[in-house]
Amino acid sequence: MSDPAKTPVSFRGAGFVPGTRRWAPWLAFALIIACWESASRLGWLPSLFMPAPSEVMNALHALLVDGKLLVHIGASLKRIVSGWILGSIAGVTLGFLMGIFVLARSVGLPVVSALFPIPKIALLPLFILWFGIGEPSKVATIALGVFFPTVVSAFSAVDNVPRNLIRMAQSFGLSTRMIVFKVILPGAMPGILAGFRISTSIALILVVAAEMIGADTGIGAFVLAAGNLMQIDQLIAGVVLLSLLGLTVSALLSVTEKIVLRWR
Amino acid sequence: MQVVLEDVGYAYGDLPVLDGVSFTVGEGETAALIGPSGCGKSTLLNLVGGLLEQQGGRIATMGTVPAGCLNPLTFVFQDFALLPWRSVAGNVALALEHHPLGRAEQEARIASVLQLCGLTDFADALPKQLSGGMRQRVGIARAIAVKPAVMLMDEPLSALDAQTRELLMEDLIAIWARERTTTLYVTHNLSEAVRLADKVVVLSRRPGRIKRIVSVPVPVNERQKPEHIGLLQQLHDELWSLIKAEAQVADREMQHV
Ligand SMILES: Nc1ncnc2c1ncn2[C@@H]1O[C@H](COP(=O)(O)OP(=O)(O)O)[C@@H](O)[C@H]1O
Ligand SMILES: [Mg+2]
Repeated sequence: MSDPAKTPVSFRGAGFVPGTRRWAPWLAFALIIACWESASRLGWLPSLFMPAPSEVMNALHALLVDGKLLVHIGASLKRIVSGWILGSIAGVTLGFLMGIFVLARSVGLPVVSALFPIPKIALLPLFILWFGIGEPSKVATIALGVFFPTVVSAFSAVDNVPRNLIRMAQSFGLSTRMIVFKVILPGAMPGILAGFRISTSIALILVVAAEMIGADTGIGAFVLAAGNLMQIDQLIAGVVLLSLLGLTVSALLSVTEKIVLRWR
Repeated sequence: MQVVLEDVGYAYGDLPVLDGVSFTVGEGETAALIGPSGCGKSTLLNLVGGLLEQQGGRIATMGTVPAGCLNPLTFVFQDFALLPWRSVAGNVALALEHHPLGRAEQEARIASVLQLCGLTDFADALPKQLSGGMRQRVGIARAIAVKPAVMLMDEPLSALDAQTRELLMEDLIAIWARERTTTLYVTHNLSEAVRLADKVVVLSRRPGRIKRIVSVPVPVNERQKPEHIGLLQQLHDELWSLIKAEAQVADREMQHV
């Protein structure tokens, strides 16, 4: 070039960087609640239908103090835990069998795919006829709702364990049993735990639905009753409690993942 | 232990990949298997190691296994095949745990192969914390921990960068000098073959047939000496001329997956 004029190179790679601002979500929450509270105090929201956050907190506090809510929480937890454990054990077992044995896969995959789309709550009336109105019908509904997504996630988790690791284990002479426990089970763990996130939220939905259909105890029954009595503050308090329950379960799962999947 | 292949053939469905392959890997010998990509090298190695079911011909081992051998035919894989949830020592242990060794013997074997592969300081590290070269050292340590009679190495250095590959070749030469394990070494890299092998088996493009078997007339530990470099370069060029046309055709073929 005849004219060696220097053009400075300008930076053009700004933005599109993944990252988070830790304070941002807290601020957003605080803002939403502040707006809600102010709207209530200014009378923009009819307090009969939409009480202020402070009133909801008062209701929640009162309910916790008089211990009534603990009975409902206890009843719901018992149903969730037993239904989820039953559904998960059965689901993981069948998912593993389908991942490992060709015959189980050939039979299981079409059957599971056909039954998966049934909204399990629709079966509650049937279970009530079979098992009565008590606990077993609710637990069975939850277990069934948990079972199907668990089968699918366990199966695909097993299916996604790298073939080369299995071949390696075979090449060192490990038996099928040892391969299942030393290679497939740990290798499928991330997928199984991811499936637990889905199945626990399904269990939460189903317990509420089942309790709204036929129960005297449980958070679902409590929320429904509060609605019937126009006790909106108590109703919202129940909903808040449900979301806290969901958050707790999710946090527990995160801790489990941190411990079990430290190698990732 | 020797490996004898007679008239080995193989097809995936109606895609023939090996045809009439016969050769012998002698006791303590390192045979390199080279050929254009897709010519059936991995298939052949998996047949020898019993990971694929034989279809035609005969594959046999002859001779005695070394003392303390737990797994006569032992693989080293291109992608390392390490369990990501096990530490370096744990990955080596995987190959030993199911044998009735006793705790002390198992620990001793692990310590000794980690030492041999320069991994002692990394015994508790997870695979994700290691470089590619160190990961393959774990793969090699795991293989020699079982005192194999035959090592089957499928492009063990192909996933590594050129410098790391050089380092690992030196390590392998040192290990072989100690252990003298019969080795079948698959590679598409002619330099690796000329540097490491006693004998080079050249396969044609798919279906792989034997094109030539060439022995490398210089002892492995003297290949870096200046007086041999000319001869080895000549061998390298000769091998390349054997493969070049095949590789060109193979390169232009549609892939079968
Ligand atoms: N499981 C399989 N099913 C069908 N074809 C395969 C399979 N594995 C390999 N092939 C095909 O067989 C040929 C030889 O494969 P491979 O032995 O892996 O070759 P190389 O290791 O020499 O590159 C390739 O064309 C490949 O696409
Ligand atoms: Mg290959």
